[in-house]
Amino acid sequence: MFATLRPFEGSLFSDFGRLEREMDQLFGSGPWPNSIRSAARGAYPPINVGSTPDQVDIYLFAAGVDSKSLDISIQQNLLTVAGERKIALKEGANYYRKERFDGTFRRALTLPEDVDPDRVEASYKDGVLHITIQRREAVKPRQIEIK
Amino acid sequence: MTEKKDLEQQQSKAVTEAKQAEEVVRPRVDICEDAKGITLQADMPGVPKEGLDIHVDKESLSIEGKASIETPKDMEVLYADVSVTWYQRSFSLSSELDASRIDAALKDGVLTLHIPKREEHKPRKIEVRAG
Repeated sequence: MFATLRPFEGSLFSDFGRLEREMDQLFGSGPWPNSIRSAARGAYPPINVGSTPDQVDIYLFAAGVDSKSLDISIQQNLLTVAGERKIALKEGANYYRKERFDGTFRRALTLPEDVDPDRVEASYKDGVLHITIQRREAVKPRQIEIK
Repeated sequence: MTEKKDLEQQQSKAVTEAKQAEEVVRPRVDICEDAKGITLQADMPGVPKEGLDIHVDKESLSIEGKASIETPKDMEVLYADVSVTWYQRSFSLSSELDASRIDAALKDGVLTLHIPKREEHKPRKIEVRAG
């Protein structure tokens, strides 16, 4: 899904990203209010959020982070992820470029109201932290049969 | 008539190129040098070992990676900082670097490359004899 890149059939994400970039360009930050917890563009780590009728998926693109340093907490539908990425500088070396993020970070996001804070799973793979939160049963769309 | 067609083709080619340029993201890198050689680290979250492609010749180094992230089938996007999953960046190399002995490691989405210097280019200390 994130995987369709490159031209044309543009994934959902790339369309979304493009739209947002265009909006940013046209209106600055946009005529509508920003979410109070939204971070400025380029905040670390970048986040993607997707939803299905059963669950909400959050992806944090945090390469090279010690998963033990990650602190994930959820209060009702507010998710906070904090952590630290330490970049060990090589001694006696001369640095030409230092573009990678170094230090502590914290990002918070408001999720849909119906997430169940008791059913959260998180995994860290290839530098991506993936958090899955189940939605409450009652709000899932149900098919109603006509007798 | 043909001219018009050519023009259209050119335009569509330009559009394709522009799109491609937009859909590739430059990974952030740290680059440092010590007496032994150059070390490059690049953030490429989501890229597995199989998705990584490193091309090197005498003059240039190119790193490419395709992130593969499992997502539920019917997922709808609510928010996205990351819209591109193709990383690409290239660097030119200089002749004192030995591209044939390049060493690469990928861990937790961080690529570490070490490019050693040729033996004859390692710095030597020059003794000054007292006359």
